[in-house]
Amino acid sequence: MRNAMPDGSVEFVIPSDLNEAKMIQEVIENQLRQSLYEDKEIFGIRLALEEAIVNAIKHGNQMDDGKKVYVRFRVLPERFEVGVTDEGSGFNPDDVPDPLSDENLERPSGRGLLLMRHYMTEVTVHPPGNRLTMSKVRMAAAGRLNGDQAH
Amino acid sequence: MSTQPRRRRLEVEDNGEVTVVNFIDKKILDEQNIQKIGEDLFSLIDELGRKKLLLNFGNVEYLSSAALGKFITLNKKVQSVSGKLVMCNINADIFEVFEITKLNKLFNIQKDEQTALQAF
Repeated sequence: MRNAMPDGSVEFVIPSDLNEAKMIQEVIENQLRQSLYEDKEIFGIRLALEEAIVNAIKHGNQMDDGKKVYVRFRVLPERFEVGVTDEGSGFNPDDVPDPLSDENLERPSGRGLLLMRHYMTEVTVHPPGNRLTMSKVRMAAAGRLNGDQAH
Repeated sequence: MSTQPRRRRLEVEDNGEVTVVNFIDKKILDEQNIQKIGEDLFSLIDELGRKKLLLNFGNVEYLSSAALGKFITLNKKVQSVSGKLVMCNINADIFEVFEITKLNKLFNIQKDEQTALQAF
């Protein structure tokens, strides 16, 4: 289900299905390309999106088909914003083991939040932890777009 | 005997004792794709008895943390049979993911296939 929101954002409501997650990523990637986001920015946003939505489906909703994931996003020339909400009980990000410590380096999971925080300007996990919002501010691209408009 | 896992998610060829793996039809190693690719990679060790694996990332355009987890598990499997895992041809965007997670310290990553073959 796709809803257009009054603030210009779009919200998708999907079941806990990885195919649906991929569809949303493709829709958002297309919008980013249409808005002239650069490949490197798209790579990072796509990775952060993948981590957030897969976490919501797998860890939040425990792959339960009956539970939904809500993805609300907005593509602006100077920034990208997204919120991902699941119907799980939430988590405390402080409880996630530090994936960069030597004792955790060989753990096969637990790197999603680290990658989101690297590639996005801001990442917030809202208590009780079943809603996450992220944004990416395009400093260089905003300057370039202003320059383009001067010609 | 075929050396290639079923459904050709991987292109596998032997170069001496080293098994060289290219990712073919699945250039995107996200949560969906990596589960099956992981099974194919593990089967090289568990079923086909390979010990020296070279993963060539030349075709890989994108990966997420799920793929990193699979490579960590693969590395442990290889080590458990006294083998070796080497990676090569990783593009700048993907190498950055390895750097952010410090996994560039865990894995043996070489510039190209020729250099990687000499690392065994």
